Amino acid sequence: MVGRFAIPGSNPYAPDGSVPIRSMALRFALANGQQWRTGMNSMPVFPVATPQAFFAQLQAQQPDPATGKPNPAKLAAFFAAHPETAAFRAWAKTAKPSASFATESYWSLNVFVFVDAKGKRQPVRWRMAPEAADAGSDAGRTGDTDYLAADLAERLTQGPLRWQLQVTLANPDDPTNDATKAWPDDRRTIDAGTLVLERAEPQDSGPCRDINYDPLVLPAGIAASDDPLLPARSAAYADSYLRRTSEEARLPGSAAPSAETKR
Amino acid sequence: MKAATNTFTLAARVLHWLMAAMILAMLFIGVGMVASVSARHAWLLAIHKPLGIAILLLAVVRLAVRLRHPPPPLPADLPALQKLAARASYWLLYFLMLAMPLIGWAMLSAGGYPVMLGTSLRLPPIFPASPVAFAVLRHLHGGFAMLLFLTFLAHMAAALYHGLIRRDGVLSSMLGRR
Repeated sequence: MVGRFAIPGSNPYAPDGSVPIRSMALRFALANGQQWRTGMNSMPVFPVATPQAFFAQLQAQQPDPATGKPNPAKLAAFFAAHPETAAFRAWAKTAKPSASFATESYWSLNVFVFVDAKGKRQPVRWRMAPEAADAGSDAGRTGDTDYLAADLAERLTQGPLRWQLQVTLANPDDPTNDATKAWPDDRRTIDAGTLVLERAEPQDSGPCRDINYDPLVLPAGIAASDDPLLPARSAAYADSYLRRTSEEARLPGSAAPSAETKR
Repeated sequence: MKAATNTFTLAARVLHWLMAAMILAMLFIGVGMVASVSARHAWLLAIHKPLGIAILLLAVVRLAVRLRHPPPPLPADLPALQKLAARASYWLLYFLMLAMPLIGWAMLSAGGYPVMLGTSLRLPPIFPASPVAFAVLRHLHGGFAMLLFLTFLAHMAAALYHGLIRRDGVLSSMLGRR
């Protein structure tokens, strides 16, 4: 088992406090050589339901060349045109950047399908629910923009960190193709196991760096749902992985990391 | 198998036309899947991998058939340069139809992916996990695909030139009728 904690966005130097979202990605290596890869975020719903809407969101969020910041009018127009973002925006209003990776829940967001030996299909979502429930240190307020990594290392010196893998089963009429809609709270949830995190390594040198956490790398028994975001994530992650590894291989045409990109 | 000296053997002809359809489909599946973020990306990818392995297996059979049954000779009056081009393009096509699936398989191995041909059939890795090797092999896979497409176009143009302009029996030797 290898995993990666991250904050979302395209800027690898973004301060940890700049967004309230954290992510956990995992690669389970099974004894039969198959793998289960999952990339999860610390919010229960995704802002949009389709790759087209996500593209529109990215365009609306582009920094205005004049101000260097996204244009609020464009963002407002995007949200007005996309009422499905309401659940995410309601979450984002109260969400605060956490002081720790360890205290966060991580949701699969997209729906997957568990398939039993007889071929019976059960749509599911999963969540990694943290054991740690403290408010966290005040590391973020001391000016360190990379406080999440420091907090993680600090906590691991005290002992392993744990999450419960909770699998929620859909009722027959629950939507399976819409990551903006959470299922009702009364759906049956199964405690499927405990993730025990024992060691962490920096991502520049650790084994987590060279893994593409493609959500469609699934073992027998787990299949993709009809959620259109899943193939889009798979395709976009494949492109991103090729760019990252091309950079690593120093191939012509690939990005060269330089001090100028550091902000 | 007995065959007239002026046509390819039945096995060679069946393999040729079957693989022509598979490889041409594969080239379009490949460019289609990398150009799409829709559900097509996932299902084209699901076809791409087992189809690639099928092409690899057929290419091995075909190479054996080719070595066992030499093809009918090219027309005696064909200019030496065209003969050379014909032979070079045959061997380039053989090389690419063997190399493309192997590079794809090695590339997924280097990327640390399980090489899944379906929901549960998995091939073993044939290359150690390495991000640098993945990047090189992935670019090689795309580059060779382009080379294969260009070689296919030249091959088809030459076949039509032999069949429609020179009418020298080269095309009919693969069609199987005179």
